[in-house]
Amino acid sequence: MAAGDTSTLPRRELLGRASALAGLVVSFAPGMRLIDLAAAKPDGEAASAEVRWGMLVDTTRCVSGCDACVNACATEHGLEMTDRPEIDAQWIRKVDLIDEDSGKEISLPVMCQHCEDAPCVAVCPTGASFRREDGIVLVNQHTCIGCRYCMMACPYKARSFIHINLTGQRTHSPRGKGTVESCTFCVHRVDRDREPACVEACTAAGHQALLFGDLSDNEGELAQRLGEVQTQQLRSDLGTNPGVHYHGL
Amino acid sequence: MNNTGYHVAPAQGFWLFVLILVPMVIAALWSAHQMDTAGHAITGMNNQVVWGLPHVFAVFLILCASGALNPASLSTVFGRTRYAPIARLSGVFAICLLVGGLVVLVLDLGRPDRLQVAITTYNFRSIFAWNVFGYTGFIVIVGVYLACSMDNAPRGAVKTAGYVAFAWRILLTSGTGAIFGVLVAREGYDAAILVPLFVATSFALGTAIFLIGLVLSFRWNGQVPDPEVLTKLGRLLAIFVLVVLCLVAVQTLTSLYGGRERGVVEFLLFSGGVYPVLFWLGQVGLGSILPLMLLYSRRARGCASILTASVLVMVGGLCQLYVLIIGGQVYPLRIFPGYRSSSSFFDGVVADYAPTLWEVLLGVGGVAMAVLLCLVAMRTLPLLPRALPLKPGTLVRDP
Repeated sequence: MAAGDTSTLPRRELLGRASALAGLVVSFAPGMRLIDLAAAKPDGEAASAEVRWGMLVDTTRCVSGCDACVNACATEHGLEMTDRPEIDAQWIRKVDLIDEDSGKEISLPVMCQHCEDAPCVAVCPTGASFRREDGIVLVNQHTCIGCRYCMMACPYKARSFIHINLTGQRTHSPRGKGTVESCTFCVHRVDRDREPACVEACTAAGHQALLFGDLSDNEGELAQRLGEVQTQQLRSDLGTNPGVHYHGL
Repeated sequence: MNNTGYHVAPAQGFWLFVLILVPMVIAALWSAHQMDTAGHAITGMNNQVVWGLPHVFAVFLILCASGALNPASLSTVFGRTRYAPIARLSGVFAICLLVGGLVVLVLDLGRPDRLQVAITTYNFRSIFAWNVFGYTGFIVIVGVYLACSMDNAPRGAVKTAGYVAFAWRILLTSGTGAIFGVLVAREGYDAAILVPLFVATSFALGTAIFLIGLVLSFRWNGQVPDPEVLTKLGRLLAIFVLVVLCLVAVQTLTSLYGGRERGVVEFLLFSGGVYPVLFWLGQVGLGSILPLMLLYSRRARGCASILTASVLVMVGGLCQLYVLIIGGQVYPLRIFPGYRSSSSFFDGVVADYAPTLWEVLLGVGGVAMAVLLCLVAMRTLPLLPRALPLKPGTLVRDP
């Protein structure tokens, strides 16, 4: 028998290899875990410019009075409400709209729009507000000086300043008094190939009003849906090119 | 150092001023400490109005600083030798006022302990970052100008420093105006005219505060300033006030005509509660019309009138900046044109803002610090020109 000719492996060795393979599969069950590990971005690897994360908000599916996305965000990032709503941090909020002409009522969530040309990034004096290569706009909590200029510049009122001392922060959501923060698109989840908490909660609630994905992947579900339905970006006249698109406005 | 023709302010009264001003500065530092430990929750600021009264005072002092350099610029750049004796005072006032404004700005940061980050890490796309260079550069350039003029430097060096300082101060106030002018999302700000408006406002406020400082510092020394200088600076003040009024009128009418900003202009001028009152009564009435009457009226044309007009212009300036900075924020953002909006984050509604005592202490403390620095400078450096003695029992001598 020629060395390396597996077609003629002795029965004992063949069984051994097969059982080892089976054990490997069983140890990673369910199979999703294998896929997770393959797709997740390894720690230390930079975000890729070949991806642009974005979201489609289907307002025709968003239910007025449903706060599943807001609650999921608060739980995920440890956002606690106080008795002074004007100073509470809100990374995502439900907005109720009434068309001034037709009287049509719409309910939709508003969060950081993760703009391509983000005004918050442009005005930040220290560069603490920054945009990752994959389009996610974040605040570096270590270099934010709390000047709030980004809040003045944001056209979507998407940022919050922390007015009080915080305790019990989540390890994946560094937050602190005197700095500005906003929706991170749950970057800690996205880097592990998971959806943002708000999207997951909306789907779990049975509404499926939020669809998250890669805007630059033409074969992906998000890009496909954007091609099928009429959508618009908030204040598109400002030329910020948000990553969040709305259908039904 | 060339002391000919100049003297240091007397010790008499100095410590009394220090005793009054130091507690105000300490109160400001205490206020900042409270804001730093308890958070900005103790202020009236919130997630809708993120820049409050401290910013009004900070911008006010920064504009005053730039404008206080007027007499020095008139002397060095425009060759008006009449102002040469008070050019030093002008430069020192400018630096001290700017420092006062910057102290308020820094202490109002969410993380003032990260000041070293602000001065070592820059995003050069940010107008704010440009302004950091603008502020520090202004202090250095005016400092060099003062050093040249006090140290018998060649006339060419003084003139060069004066020219650079003049150009820099225009850039500085342009940059301060641009901080608001580039905010495209906010209808109350997004206007290029804010840049010349801020430059003109700095001319008016700076001239007004310099006139007050000039008269009071001479009075402290038992002297009286050159009456002709007072009269001419008073006339300049009137012109600057008119220019500011004109620019405000142009901005307002353009906004009303254009339509997009009509809502915010109507709010600030007519329906916005305290803001129309501050605009019409404070900025236009007390801060512009009344000073113009005092400065142009033949009967009232005197030092007391000039001094009163200067105080009124400063009151008007504070009102103007309050309406612009706070009023521009309380008016809701138009995220959904064509829709009425409401949310738990106060979308679509006018935000509430009432400054707390902490903010007042911080803002006023910044002014106190500027005045204190001016007094210390006058007490330690030969800044005051030898001038005519003051008649006993009078505040100033009418020209």
